[in-house]
Amino acid sequence: MGYPITQKVENNFPQSGVRSKIIDHMTLRLETKKLSVIYGTIYGIKDVSLPIYDKKVTALIGPSGCGKTTFLRSLNRMHDLTRNTLIKGNVYLNGEDIYAPKVDPVMVRRRLGMVFQKPTPFPTMSVYDNVIAGLKLVGIKNKLILDEAVEKSLRHAALWDEVKDRLSSPGGSLSGGQQQRLSIARALAVEPEVLLMDEPTSSLDPQSTSRIEELIDTLKKKVTIVIVTHNMQQAARVSDFTAFFYLGSIVEHNTTSKMFTVPENKRTEDYMTGKFG
Amino acid sequence: MKSLKKRYLRDNLMKVFLVGNTIVVLTPLIIILLYVFIQGIGAINIDLFTQELGSPSRAMTGRPTGLVHTIIGTFVVDILALIIAVPFGLGAGIMLSEYPDNKLNPIMRVMNDTLNGMPAVLKGLLAWALVVKPMGSFSGLSGGVALAFVMLPIIARSTESSLMNIPWSIREAGLAIGLPRWRVIMSIVIPASKSGLATGLLIAFARAAGEAAPLMFTSFGNNYKSSTLIGWIMGPVDTLPQRLYSLAISPYAQWHQLGWAAGILLLSFVILSFIIVRIVIREKNY
Repeated sequence: MGYPITQKVENNFPQSGVRSKIIDHMTLRLETKKLSVIYGTIYGIKDVSLPIYDKKVTALIGPSGCGKTTFLRSLNRMHDLTRNTLIKGNVYLNGEDIYAPKVDPVMVRRRLGMVFQKPTPFPTMSVYDNVIAGLKLVGIKNKLILDEAVEKSLRHAALWDEVKDRLSSPGGSLSGGQQQRLSIARALAVEPEVLLMDEPTSSLDPQSTSRIEELIDTLKKKVTIVIVTHNMQQAARVSDFTAFFYLGSIVEHNTTSKMFTVPENKRTEDYMTGKFG
Repeated sequence: MKSLKKRYLRDNLMKVFLVGNTIVVLTPLIIILLYVFIQGIGAINIDLFTQELGSPSRAMTGRPTGLVHTIIGTFVVDILALIIAVPFGLGAGIMLSEYPDNKLNPIMRVMNDTLNGMPAVLKGLLAWALVVKPMGSFSGLSGGVALAFVMLPIIARSTESSLMNIPWSIREAGLAIGLPRWRVIMSIVIPASKSGLATGLLIAFARAAGEAAPLMFTSFGNNYKSSTLIGWIMGPVDTLPQRLYSLAISPYAQWHQLGWAAGILLLSFVILSFIIVRIVIREKNY
């Protein structure tokens, strides 16, 4: 999608000369400023400011209940549907605040695709209908466009060769790993700018996991990816940046290579070496 | 080893107990079916499906009598009731399940349960006050309204519970690809729970189809076919449960016979609709 990226990146990492060099020639796709999500009276996350760079993979790590998923879901306004949830602060997509009063959450979600922990094929739909659900159900009926979108999205999700002969069989008949790639294809079909992945491999076997990780590597040429993961090795393998969440705040945010070799914060190091969490 | 034997014994005792209970529950059903069938089978003949009931003298003098007007009337009143109750019932069920945050929902739930528990005869009174009184005559339409009050709370509750069976993650997945909320409900949630929805409609239908009391002062009953199409809706109409009752309390032996036949018809009507819906929802349900 051709949204002009007008916002110039400021150097958020003044401490290290090496890092600022890497960051200087990247553009910002998404950014949160003092973002808080409050459930009733409890803070799910508090004052989180995080830059997310264009066509890079940002991994969110941290112990269970630290707010990773809460943060991810606030990026495409999924919290709008939960009762007693209050959002404070701002989320900027290409410089526009997605929580501004006149912004339609449906349009926001079309630009920020999401893949969930468990594969979620739509139960009554075929593989084909699953992929184009986002297009068809908003009124695109041209068969040529739809056929093309199905093939393109399934190829992007590395699933085309496996399912091209059974596009009309139910989405639920695929294996777990295939279903997850189907969910990714479905998210890609509406051509989002950002793909939010919430532990996309936690319910999959090692082989399917590695397929999805390879996929993430190819996808980042086209889209910006934010991935929540419990698996430290996965974060190290797939991401360019890592943010470590703890008790609803970001403890450390850095390039993945830096974070996994010389973490600056003691708690990050403890978490990554398995001392807690 | 002794304790293992004991456990096997206990297991078997439990099994016997459960099977016994099942038999006890099913026995009345089988007795009813058999008794109605044995008593009524003698009155089942072609006249039953082609002739009207007419006046008592018609049966007394041995001229052919039947319940064709009752069969048609039952269809008319029950279908009218479905047409009225389904949109409201589905709407209320969707509201309760899909918009759980709405402040009206707790009140709606209590009112729905109250309506469900209310005696059907009161619903007939309500339909009488709402439709019969202003219209100035008994009518198929008022019978439909009365039965709609019977169906409505059942449909609302069953819709709510079958939609709730669809996991939230499916709805979130729909929203996440940028679908508006109503689209997610109409195109993803409802198709996924269609067998549950159909079962709920059927239970409501079967419940209402067996009600006699609310029809006594709404559709009222009629010994003859209506001569015009509109007469089935705007004029008094016969229905199986209420005709069964009036045949049974009549002083004529011939009519008692016919009453048993009406019982068979009513039973087969309900059982048939169960079977048809089962078949319809079974196909292509993935």
